[in-house]
Amino acid sequence: MALGFRFDLEELAADTIMLNMGPQHPSTHGVYRAVLTLDGEKVVKLENVVGYLHRGIEKLAEDRTYPQIIPYTDRLDYLSAMLNNLGYVQAVEKMMEIEVPERAEHLRIIMAELSRMASHMVMIASFSLDVAGWTAWFPPFREREKILDLFEMASGARMLPAYMRIGGVASDVPPKFFPALERFLDSLPEMIEEVKGLIVGNEIFIGRCKGVGKLDLETALAYGVTGPNLRACGLAFDLRKAKPYGIYPRFEFDIPTLPNGDAYDRFVIRLLEIEQSARIIRQAMAQIPEGPVQAKVPRAIKLPKGEVYHQIESSKGILGFYLVSDGGNKPYRLHIHSPSFVNLGIMPKLAEGAIIQDLVVIIASIDFVMGEVDR
Amino acid sequence: MEHIFTDLAALVAGWVSGSPQWVQTLVMGCLYLIGVLTFIFLNCIFLIYLERKVSAYIQQRLGPNRVGPRGILQPVADALKLLGKEDIIPEKADHWVFRLAPIIILVPAIMVFAVIPFGKNMIPVDLNIGVFYFLAVASTTTLAILMGGWSSNNKYALLGSMRAVAQIVSYEVPLAFSILGVVMIAGSLKTSQIVAAQENYWFILLQPLGFLIYFIAATAEVNRAPFDLVEGEQEIIAGPFIEYTGMRFALFYLAEYANLVAVSCLGVTLFLGGWHGPWLPSWLWFLIKVYILIFVFMWTRWTFPRIRIDHFLDFNWKVLLPLALVNILLTGIGLKLYQYITLGVW
Repeated sequence: MALGFRFDLEELAADTIMLNMGPQHPSTHGVYRAVLTLDGEKVVKLENVVGYLHRGIEKLAEDRTYPQIIPYTDRLDYLSAMLNNLGYVQAVEKMMEIEVPERAEHLRIIMAELSRMASHMVMIASFSLDVAGWTAWFPPFREREKILDLFEMASGARMLPAYMRIGGVASDVPPKFFPALERFLDSLPEMIEEVKGLIVGNEIFIGRCKGVGKLDLETALAYGVTGPNLRACGLAFDLRKAKPYGIYPRFEFDIPTLPNGDAYDRFVIRLLEIEQSARIIRQAMAQIPEGPVQAKVPRAIKLPKGEVYHQIESSKGILGFYLVSDGGNKPYRLHIHSPSFVNLGIMPKLAEGAIIQDLVVIIASIDFVMGEVDR
Repeated sequence: MEHIFTDLAALVAGWVSGSPQWVQTLVMGCLYLIGVLTFIFLNCIFLIYLERKVSAYIQQRLGPNRVGPRGILQPVADALKLLGKEDIIPEKADHWVFRLAPIIILVPAIMVFAVIPFGKNMIPVDLNIGVFYFLAVASTTTLAILMGGWSSNNKYALLGSMRAVAQIVSYEVPLAFSILGVVMIAGSLKTSQIVAAQENYWFILLQPLGFLIYFIAATAEVNRAPFDLVEGEQEIIAGPFIEYTGMRFALFYLAEYANLVAVSCLGVTLFLGGWHGPWLPSWLWFLIKVYILIFVFMWTRWTFPRIRIDHFLDFNWKVLLPLALVNILLTGIGLKLYQYITLGVW
């Protein structure tokens, strides 16, 4: 060659690099770790690594009495603690065949839906933050603060309330609770409008999310994806309607669905679900009767020998509690089927071919909570 | 008030007027350098405070309000904190390059101010290729970012510095073309003459498209949101700066704000009439206009999410560049028409 040196094409071929994303990374939402194989900025392969938040809740439960397990359930999906409470206490009640008082049932619905809203708000806020829409973080968090205030009124704790009890709830709500709830619900549409104005209609945001992490219905079902992520693929499947628990059949609400199954739809569906939750709460507020909030249950709770599986629609999907009892006051085995763990399984599939910036969006759109993944 | 700075310079020039030529040049050069450095540092200190307050008000917060009245001393606290941090150099880093990068990044950031007319007769060096000099020097910032990213020996830093190169290489082009329209009208690359040509009307009126392109390309040039892909806190965790701590990090920070001031200064010089304005002293007018432009930069930053890298480059080559070319064409036609109407010849 004229220049006096030769290229070896083999040597010039681009190599892939291995990048360890997490467990300390601002956008892996907790301690999720992804081992990426990158070609430039393009993800060739993603490997899920979980377990950094493993606290052995299932094993700990084997050494706790049934009421003692309730606070542990708070720490599963710590963003929607009330829903975890509900799933667990209903599983125990199902086995013991306890009739829960009407007022307690209504309070449970209100708390569960508030919890769902709070969880969705965190998702919306952190999603905005992950695409660097700093300002859109604030409206959802401002409203979530009001929800936490409500929890504080009812239970004394904000994030991990441990409010539900086997056979009812810990205590009745104070008189100022319902006016505050009313005020919160009235201010909610404003927040939704703000989020829509700030980020949902933003050209850059749409560019970042439309068609990113596209999940078709068949794949979603094959991987067992549930919750809002499944509904964003177009299937109106919600346990509150499909297999109702508690007093959900008495309320009128819709199951919002969106057709595309991309990150954008997964974001918008949360906004729609917040609206539906508000509808349920308004109905529950109108119907709530006076009366006791705790059923008569034996002082020492013992479950009959056998097993029970109860599942509810948590904020992330189907949350199931599988209890095995040997007749004592402690469970022989407690297994928790957590939606985040199952939803996380889709990550390697969605990440293929995405660039790092998309990956952050996909992680945010799946909306998992590591407390629930690792248990 | 108008002549406070020019009088000061004349005073110093008077002191050294008897000495040989090279002493005079040296003394005056040092004086201008000190002036520019003071300008940069004071502005950076204020910008740290301003950015926090602006972002806070955009986000319904109060912002810093503990250190000093209304938190005005917050930048001091920040600087002290950064000074107190441990200076960490990663084991596997390329030590010399790693140490040099934060210093080198400051050099172009300071150099570009040489051609900025801060007020009437207040231009440190009135180069006859002023605008060209600005663009050429400003683009060398990339080198320092690349040095920092490469020497850190960190994969995130590498990705970030590669993005920096891609970004600046592409955005230099529309940036230069957007300025070309102004240069054509003013008929000069001298910043002083460009300002002088805007005595009756600002060039933003003649070059609205040019200003828009300049604004977008300048945002990209100084790596500010929505084009802060180089840092990409959510994806590549501050990119090239990931391994830097303490004062080294502070220098990058300083350079970022210095660049912001620089592009705002150039924007004011080229499009917003420079130091022209009634009543107030010329340098005050200049400062006011610069801060209006900086506020718009901040407003953009705290409103928009970050764009994706491929969309960003597409936008540059497929939208901004053709628009900039169209702008030059329109400017040329306009100039010819103007010439025909006023002079009657083609």
